[in-house]
Amino acid sequence: MRQDDKLGTEGDAVYAALLTAHEGLSEAESHRMNARLVLMLANQVGDADTVQQLIADARALAED
Amino acid sequence: MAYDYQPFPYVPPPGLTGPEPRHPVAIVGAGPIGLALAIDLAQRGVASVVLDDNNVVSVGSRAICWAKRTLEIFDRLGVGERMLEKGVTWQVGRNFHGADEIYSFDLLPEDGHKYPAFINLQQYYVEEYLIERAQELGIDLRFKNKVVAHEDKGDHVVLTVETPDGSYTLEASYLAACDGAKSPTRERMGLPFEGQTFEEHFLIVDVEMADSPFGTDTPERWFWFRPPFHPGQSALLHKQPDNIYRIDLQLGPDTDPVEEATEEKVRPRLRAILGDRPFRLDWMSVYKFRCARLERFVHGRVVFVGDSAHVVSPFGARGGNGGIQDVDNLGWKLAAILESAGGNDLLESYNTERVYGSDENILNSTRATNFMTPKSPIEAMFRDEVLRMAHHHPFARRLVNSGRLSLPCSLAGMPMIGTGDGPVAPGMAIIDAPLQDGWLLEQVQGRFVLVGFGDVTLPEVTGVDRLGIGQSAEYPCVAPDGDLVFERYGRGIAYLFRPDGHVVASFQNPTAEKVQGAYQRALGAKTQVTA
Repeated sequence: MRQDDKLGTEGDAVYAALLTAHEGLSEAESHRMNARLVLMLANQVGDADTVQQLIADARALAED
Repeated sequence: MAYDYQPFPYVPPPGLTGPEPRHPVAIVGAGPIGLALAIDLAQRGVASVVLDDNNVVSVGSRAICWAKRTLEIFDRLGVGERMLEKGVTWQVGRNFHGADEIYSFDLLPEDGHKYPAFINLQQYYVEEYLIERAQELGIDLRFKNKVVAHEDKGDHVVLTVETPDGSYTLEASYLAACDGAKSPTRERMGLPFEGQTFEEHFLIVDVEMADSPFGTDTPERWFWFRPPFHPGQSALLHKQPDNIYRIDLQLGPDTDPVEEATEEKVRPRLRAILGDRPFRLDWMSVYKFRCARLERFVHGRVVFVGDSAHVVSPFGARGGNGGIQDVDNLGWKLAAILESAGGNDLLESYNTERVYGSDENILNSTRATNFMTPKSPIEAMFRDEVLRMAHHHPFARRLVNSGRLSLPCSLAGMPMIGTGDGPVAPGMAIIDAPLQDGWLLEQVQGRFVLVGFGDVTLPEVTGVDRLGIGQSAEYPCVAPDGDLVFERYGRGIAYLFRPDGHVVASFQNPTAEKVQGAYQRALGAKTQVTA
């Protein structure tokens, strides 16, 4: 499923905030932070079907 | 054809033989910023003297991307049309990941503007046009005049200037330091210039080539992340006039800049991009860059303008364009102060407004540079996954950052900006629109003017010109060309514009009192305006 943009011009700020949050972490710590963040975002989405669709879409690109 | 650099003549300045009368403004640096400021002041009847240690225009193309807002400012300064005619107009950009195009963008899909989103024009042409315009205005341009010292006396500045015939001193009410990223004025004052330095080296090359590499006659901006011809790095391709193409190649942090900037190293890199097309190498340079600024742009009687005040990475074309917005902001204020029409805090508002504008440019260019040059494996992972997703997902395309191109800075919320609920918000720069005889920006810029759109009566306020659009009245009126001007500004509404084309306030029901209030606020409320 194609995902349209919902952040608009705030996208750059969100991206920058993500990178800033990773500064100073080891790679293992970064992965753990990403895991936490993904689970928190899934909870915020709050809809199991949508989250499962997103999981499938993200996974599909792993096999490119 | 390679550009023909003509040296400007050195003329022994009068100060060598006797004291000169005090100049209203001394401008250090005859680059685009210094020249534009001198022209802006001259058009307001303020004489300046421009001092430059060199005597030729910019060597190498350097700043090439001139944004719409800059062209509109140059229009007011009398060189915009010439730049547009000579420049290469482009508005489509394409971003590639590897060999595949991930998306393209059209910068200004809208009609009804005198100037396009961007033109590309070598800095040496811009300087040539500005110098000719300055000469036309009789501006005192002094080449081979190197400022080696200055002293702020509180109510004026004394400069010491070296020439081939010896030194002299010169007094000026204000000194405008337009002396570039390495500003000797700034260094002499020992002012900290702090920010982020990026470790990556970039190679910048101009080649002359008859065949277009774009595969179309329309010039575009092409940006590659990890192109097949330059593994792991980024690359940018742009067209300039005279069949000159600008190529920017990221080299990574560990390269030797001296070794890289040699023909033997550069030719094979270019062959990989350009294939068999014959080309001539015109100019090249290897550089690193910083995003930094002065804490303040105004120090007593010394005002910093352009790169001397702030530097950014080139991605987004926010260096030269940001500097021209400085000039636009400063010119009318300095003139108003020298004519005693401006308030005490008018010069301070240059500092406030342009520090704000500079921070916006630094933020955007830092983000673009961070996207292009990931600092850690995790940053590289995020970046690469954005690029991979961008092939499929529109949201990820929006995150791909090869430079957020320079847009006019909005001054909304600044102390000298008023209120209004028109579609063009107070603080925004003028949005152009077609009139029956020319363009809105030609009618509005350069003065305080209250513009009435459609059915609205404009009151008389001393110091403020009036202009009616699509109405007839006792004051000057012009006819619109179609409805675009009303679609952009509304009907039955008046806008007060500053001389730099920014909206001060808008009024559904403009009374003399309300307009007068907004005008006084824009000029610095602390001082009574003398009529």
